Amino acid sequence: MKIFLSVAMAFVMAHSFAQTCDFTLQGIIVDLHDDSFLDGATIILAGTDNAVLSDFDGNFKFSNLCAGTYNLQISHPACTTKVFTVDLDGDITETFKLEHHLEELNEILIKGNTYYTKAESVLENRISQETLDNNSSASLGDVLKNISGVTSLNTGNTVVKPVINGLHSSRITLINNGVRQQDQEWGAEHAPNIDLNTAGNITVVKGASALQYSGDALGGVVVAEPAPVTLKDTIFGKTILSGQTNGRGGSITSSLTKSYENGWFGRVQGTAKRYGDFEAPDYILSNTGLSERDFSINVGINKIKYGIDVYYSYFKNEVGILRASHLGGAEDQVSAINSEIPLVINDFTYDIDAPRQDVTHHLGKLSGFYNWDNIGKFKFTYDLQRNNRFEYDVRRDSEDDTPSVDLELTTHNLTLSLESDVSEVVSLKTGLVGNYQKNFADPSTGVRRLIPDYDQYKFGVYGIADIILTDKWIAEFGARFDYTYMDVFKFYRSSFWEERGYDLTFPDLVIDDLGTQVLTNPELTFNNFSATAGFSYKFSDDYALFANYSLASRAPNASELFSEGLHHSASRIEQGDLSFKSEKAQKITVTFQKKSKRFSFAVNPYASFMNDFIVIEPTGIRQTVRGNFQVWEYRQTNARLLGIDTDASYKITDALNFTNKFSLVKGFDTTKDDALINMPAANLSNQIDYKLPFKQTINIGLESNYVFEQNEFPENNFEVFLAETDTFETVDISTPPAAYHLFNFNAGTQFNLGSTSKLNLNLKITNVLNTSYREYLNRLRYYADDLGRNVLLQLKINY
Amino acid sequence: MKNLKYIIPTLLLTVFMASCSDDDDTPEAVNEEEIITTVTVNLVSDTGNITLISTDLDGDGPNAPVIEVSGNLKTGTTYVGSIEFLNATESPAENITEEVEEEADEHQVFYIPSGGLDVAVTYGNFDSNGNPLGTIFSLDTTTAGTGTLNVTLRHEPTKPNDGTLANAGGETDVSVNFAVTVEE
Repeated sequence: MKIFLSVAMAFVMAHSFAQTCDFTLQGIIVDLHDDSFLDGATIILAGTDNAVLSDFDGNFKFSNLCAGTYNLQISHPACTTKVFTVDLDGDITETFKLEHHLEELNEILIKGNTYYTKAESVLENRISQETLDNNSSASLGDVLKNISGVTSLNTGNTVVKPVINGLHSSRITLINNGVRQQDQEWGAEHAPNIDLNTAGNITVVKGASALQYSGDALGGVVVAEPAPVTLKDTIFGKTILSGQTNGRGGSITSSLTKSYENGWFGRVQGTAKRYGDFEAPDYILSNTGLSERDFSINVGINKIKYGIDVYYSYFKNEVGILRASHLGGAEDQVSAINSEIPLVINDFTYDIDAPRQDVTHHLGKLSGFYNWDNIGKFKFTYDLQRNNRFEYDVRRDSEDDTPSVDLELTTHNLTLSLESDVSEVVSLKTGLVGNYQKNFADPSTGVRRLIPDYDQYKFGVYGIADIILTDKWIAEFGARFDYTYMDVFKFYRSSFWEERGYDLTFPDLVIDDLGTQVLTNPELTFNNFSATAGFSYKFSDDYALFANYSLASRAPNASELFSEGLHHSASRIEQGDLSFKSEKAQKITVTFQKKSKRFSFAVNPYASFMNDFIVIEPTGIRQTVRGNFQVWEYRQTNARLLGIDTDASYKITDALNFTNKFSLVKGFDTTKDDALINMPAANLSNQIDYKLPFKQTINIGLESNYVFEQNEFPENNFEVFLAETDTFETVDISTPPAAYHLFNFNAGTQFNLGSTSKLNLNLKITNVLNTSYREYLNRLRYYADDLGRNVLLQLKINY
Repeated sequence: MKNLKYIIPTLLLTVFMASCSDDDDTPEAVNEEEIITTVTVNLVSDTGNITLISTDLDGDGPNAPVIEVSGNLKTGTTYVGSIEFLNATESPAENITEEVEEEADEHQVFYIPSGGLDVAVTYGNFDSNGNPLGTIFSLDTTTAGTGTLNVTLRHEPTKPNDGTLANAGGETDVSVNFAVTVEE
């Protein structure tokens, strides 16, 4: 009996053992904040030697477990390790939430449009840390060109302004470290004063649908976010050194981050760049050197409940403008354009002489957030920016080092926002923005002010709702209102004041009559309404469709309103119009996307219809004592932009990858029934990357970039009398340059230096064939070829 | 986090005060230093003096230069010529000729008669390298005719040059066309 019982017991136990030890425990690891999946988390079943990693979608699975209580220790490189207790009495699937601190810090920055920032949904719109690192010596504008549909408006090779879907300057909002950059972006030869090495990644939202940033970004929004800080006791940093043949210079950038588990962190970062004259294939581009010095410092505390962040950055650069581009009048323009080579070519030098720009930008920021239970996340950002721009023209007295432009732009900005989940399906972003800006133009330049003194007050309010309709459908609606008041003191030439008829239309604005000029005090008010509506639809895991409508409205900028004088770098007289209204644009954009491991693509057609669009174009010739100049006047018109951007990426084998990018935009002035000026030409880029089959991994890549000839352009040529030959000569300023094809090569490898340090070595050759070419959107294309071959060697150390 | 309660009002106040501390002073007018408003060519001879004047007080503004020629030149005459550049927006007018002469090696004045005008111009002053400057010159007339006399001041031309604008290069600071008649 005893034996029977024992056997029976043994059988029962064995049976029960067999029955209860084939349970599975499945789980998904997600981010507590945005429910995004965390891959690469290590899950250890405490007390056993069972450990697994979560897959790409955050899934993990333990099989053949017995019933009982288990402790799961889940760790992730970006999170604090956490222990979960699970009672297992059957197959279960559970979701585990980790505090993803990488994301957490970025929470201070208000996130962009859901469609674009949601789980890497649109591959073409983000520039990764790696790409930024590889371009550490480049300008922001050059790096943004990695995104299809983004080109640049250049003044030479060092002043590079981003152009998104054909629009630039005031039509693009730059968000640098959570604040809107205020650096006199209205000027065509004013590049953004941002060191791209302060950014951890850059996102581009094409169009005005990211209303939390601005309502006037007809072109788009560029968001540069700092690299994330982990909430761990750690210290890490990197240094990137690069040297290049073209410009015979180099750059160094370095950053160091210290963080603590209790939430405190600090980071310092600095960059220095120095180049001499750059070179075209056949000659030196005299006076195109560059000197840049930047640093930033960041301290803060970051908790689940709240966080505070203090940031300061300093940016200073000095840029030489091609000497041969500084012209006296139309006669000079004729000889400069007709000459095959620049009219001034000197020996190579590191000196930067007039014409040159010297710009300093300070940005100070204090921001924070607080999570109110049941209400949402409240955020505030206050920032103070001071932008000091000096432009030095060639003066009659070459010893005279007085700038011709001396502008000081000071901006205070306060943003308050609240992000709340109204229900399971509706989340709401609302915010208030207050902004005060003062421009001071120093009169001691001895040159009439380019931009008048003004005080500007802005007030904005917005609301954006995201609605999750089903698993597949997400809808978004947003609206924003901006009020702008400008109090301006502007000296007009009496002759201009009268020629324009302002003495009849605006007689009350004159507060002082000085004979040859009048002092006026225009007070301008603009009310701008903007809105967006859109949806995303997920067909399957691979396919998604995004559609968006946006209405943007932009108040004219100080340059468009008040320009009145000679622009040496363009050899033309530019005139604004005091009576301008806001320009408005309606844009419809659709993106169809497939994303899979092997083959991905995105097709993004768009159409934009603009009313009172502000363009500048030639209206005549003016005689001055210096000879003739072409007069360019700002004008409001109706216009439309139609375009398409495509991206494709195909992984042929694990080692071989092919990518293709294409963008095309057609701009048309519907009032004038003519093409819009300065539209980027169609652009096709193909790239092959190959991982060489060696023990030491070496990646090589070859890129072909073909830029078509722009064949749609308005004809703005004019005739000028040449005394010497007693003839009239046509000045061809309209015809775009020929198409060009450039090849770029890169190679890179990585070495591990101990457990935490890495060394990357990259070699990059741009314009491999040393092709001579000119780019339509380079303002100096009349005078010189673009850059020749450049060999760049880069050394990056992570520690 | 209690601090937030104080930080936000403080910030608001800062912005508000910054907005209000705005001074009401009107800006100063700019004295244009680089501008040349008036070009005067004096031609002196035994048979009479001629003055050619171009005045453009609004600089790059919409008004065209006013060009005055005091009379016709005589054939077969040698004129002693001088040129004066003024900035008349300043009071008293600034004489820019002096500045040009001080930096003679960086400047050159060119006198270019058009086809119908039978005159010859000879440089009368030179820079320290012995290259022509041209603020003093002589002008010889031969036969009668009508045409334009172009006067150009170039900054940083190639020196020496072959006397043509194309060869000289540089930047145009002044370019004025005077309608001139040479008569018996």
